[in-house]
Amino acid sequence: MSARENVAANFDRPLLLMYLALMFMGWANIFSAAYDPEHASILDLDKEYGKQAVWMGISLTLGAGILMIRGHLFRDWAYGIYSAVILLLALVLVVGKEVNGAKAWFGVGSFGIQPAEFAKYATALALTRYLSGLKALIDIQSRVVSAAIILFPVALIMLQPDTGTALVSGAFILVLYREGLSGNILLLGILAAFLSILSLILKESTFHLPFTDRELPGPYFLLGIIVIGAVLAWLVVRNMVLKRLRKRLYAYIVIGVVASAAFIGSVDYAFEKVLAQHQRDRILVMLGQMEDPQGLGYNVKQSQTAIGSGGFSGKGYLDGTLTKFKYVPMQSTDFIFCTVGEEWGFLGTAFVVALFTVLILRIIQISDRQRSKFTRIYAYCVASIFLLHLMINVGMTIGLAPVIGIPLPFFSYGGSSMIGFTLLLGTLARLDAERLSQLR
Amino acid sequence: MNFESRKYVLVAAVVTISFIFILRLFWIQVVDDKWKASAANMAERKITDYPARGFVYDREGRLLVANTPVYDLMMVPREVKPFDTASFAALIGVPLEDLRQRMTDARKYSLYKPSVIEKQIPASQFSAISVHLHHYPGFYGQSRTLRTYPPRLAAHLLGYLSEVDARKVAQDPYYKPGDVIGVGGLEQYYEEQLRGRRGVRYVLVDVHNNIKGSFKNGIYDTLAIEGKDLYTGIDLDMQRLGEQLMRNKKGSIVALDPKTGEVLCLVTSPSYDPELLVGRVRNTNYGVLQRDSIKPLFDRALQAQYPPGSIFKLVQSLVALDEGVITPNTGFACNKSLVGCHNHPNAATIEQAIQYSCNPYFYNVFDRIVERKLDKKSRFRDAALGLGEWEHRVRSFGLGEKPAIDLPSLKGGNIPGPAYYDRKYGEGRWAFSTIYSVSIGQGEVLTVPMQMANLAAIFANKGWYYDPHVVRAVGEPDSLQGRYRQKHVVEADAKWFDHIQEGMRRVVNEPGGTARRARIEDVTVCGKTGTAENPHGEDHAVFVCFAPMENPRIAMAVYVENSGAGGRWAAPIASLLIEQYLTDTIKRQEVMNELLETDLISKEKFFRKKPKKPRRR
Ligand SMILES: [Zn+2]
Repeated sequence: MSARENVAANFDRPLLLMYLALMFMGWANIFSAAYDPEHASILDLDKEYGKQAVWMGISLTLGAGILMIRGHLFRDWAYGIYSAVILLLALVLVVGKEVNGAKAWFGVGSFGIQPAEFAKYATALALTRYLSGLKALIDIQSRVVSAAIILFPVALIMLQPDTGTALVSGAFILVLYREGLSGNILLLGILAAFLSILSLILKESTFHLPFTDRELPGPYFLLGIIVIGAVLAWLVVRNMVLKRLRKRLYAYIVIGVVASAAFIGSVDYAFEKVLAQHQRDRILVMLGQMEDPQGLGYNVKQSQTAIGSGGFSGKGYLDGTLTKFKYVPMQSTDFIFCTVGEEWGFLGTAFVVALFTVLILRIIQISDRQRSKFTRIYAYCVASIFLLHLMINVGMTIGLAPVIGIPLPFFSYGGSSMIGFTLLLGTLARLDAERLSQLR
Repeated sequence: MNFESRKYVLVAAVVTISFIFILRLFWIQVVDDKWKASAANMAERKITDYPARGFVYDREGRLLVANTPVYDLMMVPREVKPFDTASFAALIGVPLEDLRQRMTDARKYSLYKPSVIEKQIPASQFSAISVHLHHYPGFYGQSRTLRTYPPRLAAHLLGYLSEVDARKVAQDPYYKPGDVIGVGGLEQYYEEQLRGRRGVRYVLVDVHNNIKGSFKNGIYDTLAIEGKDLYTGIDLDMQRLGEQLMRNKKGSIVALDPKTGEVLCLVTSPSYDPELLVGRVRNTNYGVLQRDSIKPLFDRALQAQYPPGSIFKLVQSLVALDEGVITPNTGFACNKSLVGCHNHPNAATIEQAIQYSCNPYFYNVFDRIVERKLDKKSRFRDAALGLGEWEHRVRSFGLGEKPAIDLPSLKGGNIPGPAYYDRKYGEGRWAFSTIYSVSIGQGEVLTVPMQMANLAAIFANKGWYYDPHVVRAVGEPDSLQGRYRQKHVVEADAKWFDHIQEGMRRVVNEPGGTARRARIEDVTVCGKTGTAENPHGEDHAVFVCFAPMENPRIAMAVYVENSGAGGRWAAPIASLLIEQYLTDTIKRQEVMNELLETDLISKEKFFRKKPKKPRRR
């Protein structure tokens, strides 16, 4: 048996089916979102669905091409591809077309290319290449290198600026964790996020100190709570922990209180001095601390209205009224899920969420069956990226996640992201098909 | 170290997040009514604002065209709730079967786009319907306007409105199927100015179709721009009188203010009542008018091309005088062997030649113009040279090409020059003897009545004219149209026009003149009669004139078809119009009555079937 036949026989068909299903469902929804009954023509290149059809054609061709490439080449080319994308990201800052205040596009006629959408593919390959050469991610040096691989493109994307796309790289933390990054660091990160959110929420409020006339600003109140917690912890440690361990725990408590105080202070400082006004507003609206009916809060309300109006079984294909007439902003890109919700109802949204879930679980399953470490880590990267996109995009349309402009894979209008996701899945399918033949 | 177990963290995260999402979706889509309620409260509707089309005024500010409000009854199928179709049909006055059919068609077209159920319901009828409309969700009225013509005159001049055809929709992105567009006359020529620009508003409506405010503060709206009014130079009284006088006659009247080029009246007959082509009855009536054998839709004033006949002799005189081939005192004997003539004394001066309209005289004049002996070797080449110079001069009178008037679909007539005859006979194969009938305005020379009126203006002004135009101002009454302020000077010196004017004065005022019936007390009318040869029947009569001679204020051409000599009918019609325009009254009631009673059409209509009567709106 030649390797080539091996590849065809071991090709993962469920993955392909789900890929095609998502792509065609996505296109049908873009068609509906941009549908104009007065000028109905499927391949109208002035319309988003017409362009998206072209992108689909390009993606399918590209995907088929990827499947022809021998798997070890992805490993060999990983750093090369990474460098090329870094170059593109740098180049777009210089010669890119400015759209909505971000220099993120290379324009080719009425079609545009967004190199940031390829960054996750390049980062996934490079990170996988690096991690697959290690035993585990436990020493400082490997952590620093991994962080550098992830953060270099992030920094360039932040310069465009495109915060949403940059945030997607957060998905790689899951990969790092899987490969041995200490859980404490993750936990610490979550704690820090929790603390900063709390301090921002409490920032504007003051608290009356009992038994006095004093008003206490929110952050001090928070600090007070932490000190009280620390005292309680100290009591607990003193009474319940073995004597020989106490000393260390006391130290932890003291360090914790000091670090928290410093952290709260620096969050406050960063919020006031580093962020711009519109970023502050955005955060405050997100945290429910500011009313903004025309801004982001409005978008979320509109999008939930559109989804909610779909009811159990939806209004029917092409019959959504709210998602026409530009009721929901960014209808065909970031908020495309609203069209699904309005026209297909709960049945449709649940199906789409379920399909993505099954896709991600399938990718994890594929990851588990690999003998090659490279393929295993790569698959894990892909799964994490899809999870993050699903979480943020669907989450924001239903009010469970902050409004961060990242696409829903294969549903949101845009060629670059469709090509990016096709590359991710195509490479995975090829690597997986070689799972029995080679060990990398 | 082994981190295998850590993969379950990701699996757990995936499953948990999906589970939470589906629960949340179930909550907002199925359980919680809050979102559905607010969605129902906020259906958008796209409302198109059709700006009112501009009005058209006469020179005194009297309305020629105005608007009258009507309503289109619209339906948005997906918002329609079950209702009593029969009583609704009775309410809007549409047969039940038709209503059902139209509702089916509307559903087929689109569930959420509005369709027209009944067009152009008059405002009075719609106010009775609208009070009940809240019982019928999904239906609403879209206000529009129709044209109305208070004086019911000048149908051809004004044009009418019609639905755009598919070709226009494909050509011009402004138009959508169902839009109206001006056809013919001022409505077509000034379409863009008259129509204004359509606006679009997105509004929020509640379940009862009440508008609850604009959508997103109107950031997607475009404001409608009102159509501009047209201020014409038309004199309504003259236009009315002209149409009365031309009743039961075929022909046309064009009157100009020679000082400005403004059209004072533009009559073509037979005509039709402009109200016939308005609204729901337009299509039926248009068909009837189109099939009518007397062709009421044909605009004779702009499109009928006739040989100018004897009037052309005035142009010939001017060309000959300016070229120097004759002097004002040149005389020619009335030699009927050259070309036919009537009995009169020999003309010893150019004034007499015009007064008697002597054909042999102008045969000789044209001979001198063509045979200049510029080329001694070949009389063919000589004729081509002479005629070339002549053509150039004649075209400077605004003949041989379309007048630059602000009306569509004009004919330009024909001035045959050397190129024309070379095409017709071959180069070097024609000479004066071939083309001599041009000398008396017959043969290949063709003009439209508009050009003849302009010719009268040139005679009145002694050699210059402004392009004739109907509209003097668009939008604001005093914003004169710049492009009609350009003076054209003809290729003939002003001094020669004194002789022409004198000749024209004698035509009307001296014994033996051919248009004595055009005389008016206290006003010196100058005129010239003509006969356009008609191979199909009796000749067409022409009369061009201007008045008063001392300070001309009106120049005019009157055509009456199949009426023989120009002096018989055309001259008195012109004189009555001049009287009306200059003195605002008609003293010669007996002339008026005689003309009103004359029916020249029924004479020729004797053997024809009576046409179907058009239906009134
Ligand atoms: Zn004679």
